[in-house]
Formats: sequence, C-alpha cells, structure tokens
Amino acid sequence: MSEDNRIHVMDEADVRRVISRMAREIVERNGGTDALVLMGIHRRGTQIGALLRAEIERAEGVRVAWGSLDITMYRDDLAIGPLPVVGASELPGGGIDGMNIVIVDDVLFTGRTTRAALNELTDWGRPGRIYLCVLVDRGGRELPIQPDIVGREIQVLPNQRVEVLVPEIDGRLGVEIINLAPEGT
Amino acid sequence: MNESVSPLGKDLIGLEHLSSEQILSILDTAEPFKEISERRIKKVPVLRGKTIVNLFFEASTRTRVSFEFAEKRLSADTVNISSSGSSVVKGETLVDTARNLEAMRIDMVVMRHGSSGAARFLAERIPSSVINAGDGQHEHPTQGLLDLLTIRDHRGPIAGLKVCIVGDVLHSRVARSNIFGLLKLGAEVAVCGPPTLLPVGIAELGVKVIARVEEAVEWADVLNVLRLQLERMHGGYVPSLREYNRIWGVSRARLDAVKKDVLVLHPGPMNRGVEIDSDVADGPHSVILNQVTNGVAVRMAVLYLLAGGQPERAEAAKQGGDS
Repeated sequence: MSEDNRIHVMDEADVRRVISRMAREIVERNGGTDALVLMGIHRRGTQIGALLRAEIERAEGVRVAWGSLDITMYRDDLAIGPLPVVGASELPGGGIDGMNIVIVDDVLFTGRTTRAALNELTDWGRPGRIYLCVLVDRGGRELPIQPDIVGREIQVLPNQRVEVLVPEIDGRLGVEIINLAPEGT
Repeated sequence: MNESVSPLGKDLIGLEHLSSEQILSILDTAEPFKEISERRIKKVPVLRGKTIVNLFFEASTRTRVSFEFAEKRLSADTVNISSSGSSVVKGETLVDTARNLEAMRIDMVVMRHGSSGAARFLAERIPSSVINAGDGQHEHPTQGLLDLLTIRDHRGPIAGLKVCIVGDVLHSRVARSNIFGLLKLGAEVAVCGPPTLLPVGIAELGVKVIARVEEAVEWADVLNVLRLQLERMHGGYVPSLREYNRIWGVSRARLDAVKKDVLVLHPGPMNRGVEIDSDVADGPHSVILNQVTNGVAVRMAVLYLLAGGQPERAEAAKQGGDS
C-alpha cells in the first residue's frame, strides 16, 4: 500500500497522552485497582492493554492482573470462511470469577469482536463487572455494544480503515486512516 | 454452501499425501486447542450446527472417545455408529450406509474400518468430509499427528530427531502414519522388530532397520513402541509372548543401560509385559498419557481445519474490519 493512501491521525506522543488519560479513567471507574484485570484482545489490543497496565501500575504503585483474549473460536463468521488462524487466550492467574475485567481493543467498529470476547469471558467464569475500553471508536456498530472508555472517536468513510500501529508489530506507535480501493470495501 | 477451501482439502485420509507445511499447520493449530480441555466449561462454538457421524466398523475406545470429545468440545452434533447394532450386520454395503447418512444431511464422517483404502473409497463417493480414524493396515493419520505433537512438546522440533518404531510394524497403520509424518518433518526414522513382523521392503520408505532392541535404544532419541496386534495374527509370527517380551520388550533395564533420556511413546492399548513393561509404561520415560491428552487437541485442530477456510488468508480476514 502506497504512503499517500495513509492519513496520519495520532503520533506516539498523542497516543501516550490518551493512554494516560484512559488509565486514570479506568481506575476512577473501578474506584481503585481492587479486583481489576486488564484483558487485551489479540493482537493489537494486547499491546494497548500492556501500555494501559504499565501506566496504571506507574500511577498507582500496584501490580495489576492481566490476561489476553483470542476470540477466533468465537467468531460469528467461521461458517462463511475464510478460516482464521487460532491463537491462544491467556487467563489471569487468579481466574476471572468476581473480578472487574477491562476488555481492551485497539479499534471498535462493528462490535462483533466485543460480542465474541464477552462470550469467551462468560465461558471462563463469572466476572463481577466487564468494562469495554478502546483506543479508537470509529463508529459503524452492527450490534448494540458501546464502549465505557474511549481514547478517540474518529469519523471515517465506509471505504476507509483505521489502523492502530504498535511497536511490537508495526515498529512504531500511532493511529492512521487508510483509504481502501473502492472494490475492496 | 460456503465456497471456502480447507487448507487440508476435503478429507484427511493419511499423512502420505500431506505436505510438511500442512502437517505443521495442524500441529500449530492444535496448540491453542489444548487449553480448551483445561477450562471449566470445555466448549467453544467453532463447529456449532455441524453434524458429524462417527462410523466405527472396528473396536475402539481411545480413538472414538477422543474424536467424540473433540467434536463435542467444538459444539458439533455427533452420532456414533458401530458395526454391531447397525444395518452393517444386515449386509448393507459401506457406500449404501454412507449415502443413507448423507441423505440425512451430515457434514463429516469419521471412519474406522478393517480394510486398507476404505477411507479413500468413501471419500471419493460422498460430498461430506471424511476423516480416517484407521483403515486396515494403511494409515491412522490422527494418531501419527498426536505422536508428532507429543514428541515436539517434549523434544522440540522434529527435524533431526532419531525416532525408532519398535515391534509389530507389519500390522500397524500407526507405524505407516508415523513414518510418513516423521520423514516429512525431517526426522531420522528406524524400525526394529522380529523379521516376521517387518513388512518386506520397508527400507524403501526411507527408514533404517535395526536388528536388536538394545541397539534401537542406543540409537534413538524417541521410541514409539507398537502393540503386538494379537487379533490380527493367525499363527506363526512369534513363538510365544514370553519369548517376544524377553527379546523385543522395552524394559527398564534396557532403558537404564544407556546414559541418555529416551522418550517412550505407545499408541495404546498396551499389552503390559509383552511389548512394554509396566515400570516403563508408568515410569519417567513414558509420555503415553500425554499422547492421549494431545489426541483430543489434534483432532480438534483437524476438525477445525477441515471445516473450511484458508489460514494464509487469516490476516486479510482479520483486517476486514470486524473490530
């Protein structure tokens, strides 16, 4: 994809500012860090979750439990293919019963990934509360799902995609909008 | 109907015709499925709404139950048919049985059959996916795969490992699936057993023949000990079970005679005191129960991969924007 298809939205400093605000919101919402568990959705949600956790741990001076979710087995499009590679989910050491879970994802779009994550969590146990925390809400929901904590709301056209870049995968931190070819939508 | 193509094709008949990439993709897919069996609620909705028939024309406990757990933990609907108690005893042919099942709209058939080639025969005649759960002396691909996964779990990558298959190679579909899979992944493979129980021309498959079990233990990193298939032997293969054990049995003394730590596998069911001694089967070298645990994960992976799709397009699908 050529560079002129990409529109720069947030650079590393912007993302870090938003992350520290979201971290404060999480702690405020939860009334502290008791029973708090951050669970990122593979793949980029896991990275954003790690940034949030580091920020909360730095600000509050405590250890925060964490896990990760691979929602592949809970997708609603497995029967209509193509078949995605299955990854492994990681459960926090203490389990999730009675815990206050924060689901962390990079981009919230249709809400289908969140639906899958909720189903997976309830198969694992009975959390006390579940929050949804996303770096970018791009609108376009197809299910009645709304985030509790949002980094940035971005309005995009149907033929545009929002991409969150993380150092572990993309080599840098940032948010960009990509113009897709019309037939690719 | 969905048009997506499984990375394995329609069926899983044997490891002979799979590429090393396909075999590795099954093993890698099995890894995340291991965790599901450790959950409190051992179920994911991957095969929801799919109907699978387990068609067993030969006795089986482990394989049938393992497939059934794999299917149920993926939320498929399953039916078990065994030859006794079915229309097979009334003389119905294999194809007629399958066509009648097909008429009830099924998605997959898992079949064990006494005749080599039965799985391919069926696969060519019905549109459903066919998974071979053992056909005669031909192949038992999911056993081969779970052996590969267990070896990889305990000894790292298969390439370069020395694996010796010990015992009744002649009657063993497990041996054939193991040989094909291990060679494709780059292992050195040997067989060891009484000459009456080694197929003529086995070396042409690319395996070494070792004459004595002591030498096999000395040479190998991994021993896969095969069951003496007494039910398929109609006399003349071995003089007596005691003599077999004395000459070919894998005993603690034979393992202790070498310095290194040899991994011992057995596909089950074991004849304790014949091909394997109890203190080996229950001892520190044995990963026999790990094989059973891995069997469920491998079968889940095979069912998942046969249900459709292409792993190489996964990244594209993920970027399709369903966040």
